Amino acid sequence: MEARPKIKIGWFTFSCCEDNTIVMTEVMNDHWQEWKETFDFRHARVLKSKNVMDEFDIAFIEGAIASPEHERKLTEIRARSKKLIAVGACAVLGLPAGQRNTFTPEQNASIQFLLDRFGALPKVAKVADIVPVDGEIPGCPMDPKVFLDKVNALVAEFRGATAQQ
Amino acid sequence: MHTIDIDMKELTKVEGSAGLSVRVRDDKVTEVHFEITEYKRFFTEALKGKSIGAVPAHLARICGTCSNAHIMAAIEACERALGIEPSEQTKLLRVLTMHGLIIRDHALHLYLFSLPDLYGKDAFLDFDENDPVQHELLHDGFDVKGAGNFLATLVAGRSVHATYPTIGGFLHFPDAAGIQTALQKLRAVRPAALRLIETFRNAPFHLESQMNYMALVPDGSYGYIGGKIMTSRGESYGEGAFRDHLERVVLPYSQASAYSYRGERYLVGALARMNLAKGKLHPATTAALGDTLNLFPSIDIFHNNLAQAVEILHSIDEAIDILERTPFAPEPLVKAPAREGVGVGVVEAPRGTLYHKVVVGADGLVCEGEVVVPTGQNQMNIECDVGRLVEAELAKDTPQEKIELEIEKLIRAYDPCMSCAAHFLKVDWKKE
Repeated sequence: MEARPKIKIGWFTFSCCEDNTIVMTEVMNDHWQEWKETFDFRHARVLKSKNVMDEFDIAFIEGAIASPEHERKLTEIRARSKKLIAVGACAVLGLPAGQRNTFTPEQNASIQFLLDRFGALPKVAKVADIVPVDGEIPGCPMDPKVFLDKVNALVAEFRGATAQQ
Repeated sequence: MHTIDIDMKELTKVEGSAGLSVRVRDDKVTEVHFEITEYKRFFTEALKGKSIGAVPAHLARICGTCSNAHIMAAIEACERALGIEPSEQTKLLRVLTMHGLIIRDHALHLYLFSLPDLYGKDAFLDFDENDPVQHELLHDGFDVKGAGNFLATLVAGRSVHATYPTIGGFLHFPDAAGIQTALQKLRAVRPAALRLIETFRNAPFHLESQMNYMALVPDGSYGYIGGKIMTSRGESYGEGAFRDHLERVVLPYSQASAYSYRGERYLVGALARMNLAKGKLHPATTAALGDTLNLFPSIDIFHNNLAQAVEILHSIDEAIDILERTPFAPEPLVKAPAREGVGVGVVEAPRGTLYHKVVVGADGLVCEGEVVVPTGQNQMNIECDVGRLVEAELAKDTPQEKIELEIEKLIRAYDPCMSCAAHFLKVDWKKE
C-alpha cells in the first residue's frame, strides 16, 4: 500500500515567552512516535535548523505581532498555509506581550525611544488583527489536552480529505 | 588573508529569537554582535502598580521554559519584602519544583538542541530508530523530559507557569499516589541520565576560555535555591548585594543588556555551578560519576553540556531522596500584612543565576522591580568565544558554512534564552 503523504507543519513564534512551544515539546513526550510518522515539520526553529518556507498544511502561530517584519512574515505564512491556528494567549488575545498597549502616557513616553530604535509597531496586535485564522487554542500556556484534541481533529480532517481524493 | 562578514539572521534550536553578526578583517575578528531580536514586552514597567500578590504569576510570563524559576525568584523577593519566612515543607517543595524544572529543561536542551550536532543530524526527530544507539537516545530523551515534567506538575501544578507555588507557601500538596508514580518515573530514567553523561563526556567539541564564573551556592547540598553568591575568585556575598557587583553593559544593537562583574566578563550556568559546588552533589550522583568529576572545574565551555547532564542525575537522585523520606501534608500559607519594603530573590535557573528585586509600598502595590537573567550575564562571554572560535577556524581555512555550524554549536553549548533576555525596560544607552 502506498504510504500516505505526511501533513506539512509550520510552527512559528512571534512576540511571547514561548510557553506553548514548551508545552508542544512536552506533549511530544507521549506522541513523538506517531508524530514522526504523521507530520513533516517543514519549519520549526526550535526543533531543526534546515527550515523550509514553502507550503504548510497547518501553521501554528504563537505570540503577538510587534513589528512590521512580524506582520510581513505572518502574512507570508498565511498565504502558504491551508490552515492557520493561533496558539496561546499572546497570539489569541495579544496579551501579555502587548501589555504596553495599555500603558499610561508617562509610561509610553518612557519606552518610546526603545520602540523607535527597534522599529516596533505603535500597538502590539493579536494574530487575527493581521490575518484570518482557522482556529484558536487559548491559554497561557495552552492546555495540552485542548492542543492535542485540536491537532487530532486537524489530522482527521486532512486524512479525510486525502481519502476522498 | 580572510576578510569576511558572517550574518546569521536566525539561530535555531535555541530558546527564543537571536541573530549573530561577525566582521573579520585580515584574519582578525573586529566585531561580534550576538543580537537578541525578541521584541521587548516591558515586564518590569508593567509591574508598577500591581498588587504584590500578582508579582510571581506576572514575572513568570517573561519566559516559558524558565517560568518556574522566575516564579521561585519572584516569590522569594516578595516574601523578603514582606518579612515572610516560609515553612520547612515549603522550602522542600520549592527544591522539588526546581529539580523538576532542571530535569525537563536540561533534557530539552541536551537531547533536542545539542545531541543532533553530535550525530550530524538536523533534528532530534531525524534520529534513526533502526540504529540501536539512536533508537535508545530517542526514547531516553522523551522519557527523561517526561519524568521532569511529571515531577514539576505533581509538585507545582504545571511545568510551565506553575499554579501551586505562591507567596507564603503552596496551594496544593503532592498526594501519595502521585509521589509513587514520580518515584517510579525518576528511577526508570536514571540509567538514561547516566548514558547521557557518558555521551557528553565523550563529545568531541571543545573550546577552552579563560573565564570568571559565578553561581548561587546553597549552604547544604548542591542546588538551586538559597545560600550565597560565590565566584571563581574565591569571593562570596549575600543575595541582596548583587547590584553592588554586577554592572549593566549597554548593547545598542540588541534588545537585551549584558552584565559585567567588576568590569570583566563572567559565566553563569551549570558549568559555573559544577565548578564551584561539585563537592555538594548527592552522594548517589557522586558515586555514579567516578572520574568524570575530575573534569571539573573546567574552562571548556562545551563542558556546560556535560555539567547539565550531571545536574539531571543529581536532580533525579535528590528528588527521589526527598520524595522517599518526606510525608507532605496540607498547611496554611504564611501571611503578613502589607508593608513598605524591598526584597531580592535569587535562584539558579537552568541557565544560571536569576535575580528578581521588588520594591513595594505600604499599600501593597509594587513601586518598581528589576530582573537580571542568566543570558544577559553570559552575553559578553558568548561574543568573546565566538570571536576566538572564528579566528581559530579561519586559521584552518574552514569554509564559511562550516564555521557557521561551529558557531551555532558553541552558542547552543551556552544554552541562551532570548525570551528571558529581552524583557527589560531600563536600558541606559544614549539616545541617538
